Amino acid sequence: MALIAFGLIAAIVILSAVFVIAARNPVHSVLWLILTFCSAAGLFVLIGAEFLAMLLIVVYVGAVAVLFLFVVMMLDVDFVELKEGTLRYWPFALLVGLIFFGELALVWATSGQISAASFDPSPGGETNAEAIGAVMYTDYLLLFQMAGVILLVAMIGAIVLTLRHRPNVKRQNVGEQTGRRRADAFEMKDPAPGEGI
Amino acid sequence: MSNAIDALGSLWGPLLVLGQIGLFTLVLLISIAFLLLLDRKIWAGVMMRKGPNVVGPFGLLQSFADFGKFLLKEIVIPAGANKFVFIFAPIFTCTLAFAAWAAIPVAPGLEGGTSWVISDLNVGILYLFAISSLGVYGIIMGGWASNSKYPFLGALRSAAQMVSYEVSIGFVIITVILMVGSMNLSDIVNNQAGGLQNWHAFSFQNFPLVIVMFPMFVIFFISALAETNRPPFDLPEAESELVAGYQVEYGSTPYLLFMLGEYLNIVLMCAMMTILFLGGWHGPIALGPDIANALPPLLVSLSGLFWFMLKILFLFFLFAMVKAIVPRYRYDQLMRLGWKIFLPTSLAAVLVVAGYVTYFGVQA
Repeated sequence: MALIAFGLIAAIVILSAVFVIAARNPVHSVLWLILTFCSAAGLFVLIGAEFLAMLLIVVYVGAVAVLFLFVVMMLDVDFVELKEGTLRYWPFALLVGLIFFGELALVWATSGQISAASFDPSPGGETNAEAIGAVMYTDYLLLFQMAGVILLVAMIGAIVLTLRHRPNVKRQNVGEQTGRRRADAFEMKDPAPGEGI
Repeated sequence: MSNAIDALGSLWGPLLVLGQIGLFTLVLLISIAFLLLLDRKIWAGVMMRKGPNVVGPFGLLQSFADFGKFLLKEIVIPAGANKFVFIFAPIFTCTLAFAAWAAIPVAPGLEGGTSWVISDLNVGILYLFAISSLGVYGIIMGGWASNSKYPFLGALRSAAQMVSYEVSIGFVIITVILMVGSMNLSDIVNNQAGGLQNWHAFSFQNFPLVIVMFPMFVIFFISALAETNRPPFDLPEAESELVAGYQVEYGSTPYLLFMLGEYLNIVLMCAMMTILFLGGWHGPIALGPDIANALPPLLVSLSGLFWFMLKILFLFFLFAMVKAIVPRYRYDQLMRLGWKIFLPTSLAAVLVVAGYVTYFGVQA
């Protein structure tokens, strides 16, 4: 049963990954990418790592892919035209592909030497959220914090790059607006009839 | 009964799950029909109108009449639309809205420690969060595939809006997870047993935390309004500026699916608030173990179901009242509220709750 499910989900992952590249419409590419992410989350569930599966969906599908889709829909780029010259780069593509498959083969060849216990999603019977937290905040604390700092730097960098102060832009000061009282805005006059103010 | 179970053998498990799914779907569909009517009646009542009152006694059958009408209309697909995505978007929205209910525990089980739920996930709350973060795709796909200006603008607005408010919802959920120490929804509910004072919204047992947790409940409620595109945050479909936002080009059954998904998400948010903050199936006054053990387990379960539904109904009433009373926010006000007020507040709350749990421990 688990084997059938694995075969099915793995096939969907590979097929949708192929469609990400093959689709002519970039929005379709992103939609296929989302299917790839969701199916990969399914693979995580199959090996019992449900915490990772949910994080994959929340972070990648729920946030990252939304931004992809956002950008791709807003951009007015003719992707078919952009893709026309891509065949020229096939030696690079081949090289990258070969390196990737070489690495996969290495992992496969050495997989017998790594004990099965190190792949246990819930060692010691605790849930895998607890298992991840137990090592992430102790053994790998420094690496974890560094990853956080790198993300913070990237975020601040993005803000600094895009923030610009233009003159003559009307802005709202909410505190000023809500702090306005009737006395600041109104002036009561009592004009005499027929004379005006 | 047990003979029948033996005869079915290994098929019994899947059949039971299928039966539960069917039951959940049926109950949800029927309740949505009446909740929709309730929504319109409350809205009408605030405006001193009568609301739907023609079909059936007090207009009770109005939703069913609407349902029939939606089904019988012709499906019109705009000429420039992307056909597959156009049809797929409402189906996706509706399916997701139903899928989320698989993890919602509605009542205590007949045996101690169990609960009435299709799938008692260890990461139940994360599952709900993941599903609700997927919900934005239905709207984006619908808006994009329509190949028209208003739907596209509506879709872009809602994408930004839903992503923004998910952040504060996430932090609010983390405060509750910190208090419970588990992401299992049944554990979260059971942590609030023993009456009103133990509900996370009040949490008088951990006294200083009430100052944090009640505002978190309010933030969650307001974020839920934004997440489900309800007034006063219904900018994606603001009818006065965008006609109807992402669903302009939709009619007939696809529109019905969008609307069904929207209302299912609203009820889902009510259920999430009930579970996270209002004690789930626990009544406001604890009976004590002696009385609870003397009662037949079925009665305990059904009374749990009653309280759960009553709380959802109360929160839905609040949703409907907000729709009737509060004027719509402007888009920059919406973004300001989400990023400049809710995000820092909920982040500070996570720090406070984490510090409290670490140094004082939580009294359940």
